[in-house]
Amino acid sequence: MKPGNLNLQRMWGPGLAFVILALLATLPLYASAYSIILVTDILMFVILALSWALFSAPTGYISLAPAAFFGVGIYTSAILGRQLPLPLVVFLGGLISFCLALLVGALTLRLRGIYFAMFTFGLVELIKHFWLWYEIKFTGTRGRFVVVVDQQTIYLIMFTIFVLLLLTTYLIRRSRLGLALRSIGECEEAAAHIGVNVNVLKTLTFALSAIFIGAAGSVIATRWTYVDPYIAFNPLYSFMAVLMAIFGGIGHPYGPILGAVIFAYLEEILLTRFPYYYMLIFGVVLIITVLYLPEGLIGLMTKTRKRLAGGQDAPA
Amino acid sequence: MPLLEGKGVTRYFGGLAAVQNVDFHVDQGEIVGLIGPNGAGKTTLFNLISGALVPQSGEIKFKGANITGLKPHVICRRGIARTFQLVRVFPNMSVLENVLMGVLFGKPDSHTMDQAREEAERWLDFVGLSAVKGLPARSLTLANQKRLEVARALATGPELLLLDELMAGLNPTEVAQAMELVSRIWEQGITIFMVEHVMKAIMGVCNRIMVLHHGEKIAEGTPQEIATSRTVIEIYLGE
Amino acid sequence: MTKILEVLITGLLVGGLYALISVGLSLQYGVARILNISHGEFIMLGALITWTLYTALGISPLISLVICGPSALALGFLIHRTLFKRLLASSASPAVFESNSMLAAFGLMFILQNIALIIWRADTRAYSYLSIPVHVLGTLFGANRLLTFGIALVIGLAFYLFLHLTRTGKAIRAAAQDPTTAGLMGVNINHVLALCFGLGAAMAAVAGVLISMCYAVTAVMGLEYTVIAIIVVVLGGLGSIPGSFLGGFILGLVGSIVTFLEPGLALVAYYVIFVLLLLIRPTGLLGR
Repeated sequence: MKPGNLNLQRMWGPGLAFVILALLATLPLYASAYSIILVTDILMFVILALSWALFSAPTGYISLAPAAFFGVGIYTSAILGRQLPLPLVVFLGGLISFCLALLVGALTLRLRGIYFAMFTFGLVELIKHFWLWYEIKFTGTRGRFVVVVDQQTIYLIMFTIFVLLLLTTYLIRRSRLGLALRSIGECEEAAAHIGVNVNVLKTLTFALSAIFIGAAGSVIATRWTYVDPYIAFNPLYSFMAVLMAIFGGIGHPYGPILGAVIFAYLEEILLTRFPYYYMLIFGVVLIITVLYLPEGLIGLMTKTRKRLAGGQDAPA
Repeated sequence: MPLLEGKGVTRYFGGLAAVQNVDFHVDQGEIVGLIGPNGAGKTTLFNLISGALVPQSGEIKFKGANITGLKPHVICRRGIARTFQLVRVFPNMSVLENVLMGVLFGKPDSHTMDQAREEAERWLDFVGLSAVKGLPARSLTLANQKRLEVARALATGPELLLLDELMAGLNPTEVAQAMELVSRIWEQGITIFMVEHVMKAIMGVCNRIMVLHHGEKIAEGTPQEIATSRTVIEIYLGE
Repeated sequence: MTKILEVLITGLLVGGLYALISVGLSLQYGVARILNISHGEFIMLGALITWTLYTALGISPLISLVICGPSALALGFLIHRTLFKRLLASSASPAVFESNSMLAAFGLMFILQNIALIIWRADTRAYSYLSIPVHVLGTLFGANRLLTFGIALVIGLAFYLFLHLTRTGKAIRAAAQDPTTAGLMGVNINHVLALCFGLGAAMAAVAGVLISMCYAVTAVMGLEYTVIAIIVVVLGGLGSIPGSFLGGFILGLVGSIVTFLEPGLALVAYYVIFVLLLLIRPTGLLGR
């Protein structure tokens, strides 16, 4: 292979990414209102999936908590949206989610993975019950109205969260933290014995991933205008995050992004055509993915490319 | 002062005493062997030393400091490294990355990535795995995976190396190579505490041998003394 | 005084249901190593099917017990043989199977919930059955609630006898302790695993039937029960079936007391117990 070819091949990935990011950054200038709303939704799902994958992909600890952090972000917006400017609210949504995740991680990540999964699974239901009780008891209301913000601002904030998350994902992947997280996923006991402080790293990374989910919740809440505990704390968001990341493929950051784009768009279509069936379809897709496509679409694409190129690592 | 010292170390699993009131010590520069029939508690003792398990009573000291109940990563940073009975490499990371992990996290001093990589390559060279440094660890033979584990452990810069059944599953040639590796490690100034079933290896390489049976230490001495000890012969024949 | 008695008896009645649900989940996790987070959906299906049979066809819930139980057993058995067995074969290690089976169960949860939403919509359904008040030690309880408690106890007892006296039951207990050796001893381990999953589903469905006799039900009621069952299983000890039985009653009592003091906080109280367990004794009361 000529040196010229090699450079081109390695450039097209980041090059394409840069072009896409530039297009996205300038979207409000040329796109229709409908498109802006659609892309905001897609970015929201990308954030959910990519954040989930940030921690769960390398370590193998399955978190079912995204819905809980998302709801926390939503309610932060609902409660503080009137008093504080939106960027600060979004930041606080992320911060509170971070603190919650820190507590949950410190409590559960020092134990076997199954405890972490069980605890995070019920977390969204717990917070919902607690908040329902609190609202009835102390504020006398059920649900709140959220301050309305224009679509352009919502989009730009969501885009910013996405870019920050993308940056974080890449930085971690190439860093010692990334190596440590992978080693935890490959063999936690060995990792601990060669000096990796497994509990601290797991907890911090989990908490870090929660920031983006909380922030995304805070910003999208402004579009919904009205929230109550049932709307905010919905296990569907955990499901979507997991589905998108696993279908896309957790071996590479592009996987969850691809999965999120596909399913966000699919949801958009299916919601209008088959509003009562789409969860059924998604559930079946998750099961099929777990059974037959464990490395997701990205894994399939990688295997296909290797098979076509031949060579030592080509699958049989 | 012994490099490693244990007094009255005890650990139960349910109602069963896996390790019962064991005293032990390893002096700087020694190669000490730990033998005993299956289930005698040898790996459990290693787990107690390395921090994988916490003793229910007793005390373990390293370089005079109490390390009982410390987390494994802390004990590693203090200078104890180990290999595992069932090989625990990072299967999908490359051979070089495995050892790199040891350098990056096992030694408290900081490195640049390039310095770390260089040192990892030096350890790979030491164990003879330079040729395969780019391959995923899972593609190595058992013997080579064991070497990789040793390289990774050495990369953490230990003063004491715990080897848990290094020779298990190796053919005679590989055993001889492993014994030679152990000697070379010792020549680097690293103290070695090794669990073994392969008698030839133990007898050939160790200064001193400890014998465990049903969780208790029943004998201790030079290879000559152990080989001729009535007690030891009986527990092996009796099994 | 009667108030205290009322709270305690309510706790026992609810505890019986919790115990039944949790033993089912414990079977599935303890033996088949599947954290079935769709467990609550089987409860929901049992409840809604009973409602339909009663309000549309006049079929007594007691008959529904006999319809839903075995149907759920068959369905669970089938699901295991098709889905989970395949996962078991393709999973590289038990840890990978644990993750994958949980994810598959997650998918199953949404499939079942969606099916229920299609058939029954999200409306709350209820029917009246045997709500005749009965005097118990000076307090008043609906006959239906006492009946459900009785049935739950009978099922619990029957299951205990099944586990200890029948050949299949002993096979299950052997598989729970050591699946490999059990397989070597001639136990058809695939059948046992599928049976355990099916039995777990059957208990959930039966619990659903009982719940529908006393409470209103909806297509989205499952999640809360799954969460409760999980906490009970951790309380009793992962892998301990008697532990789950005991844990169910304990949690039922706690729930009753907390609801009396501060309605709406029962689940929060359960989670506090969850947190305490994880801090102090993750292996639970009777866990290994």
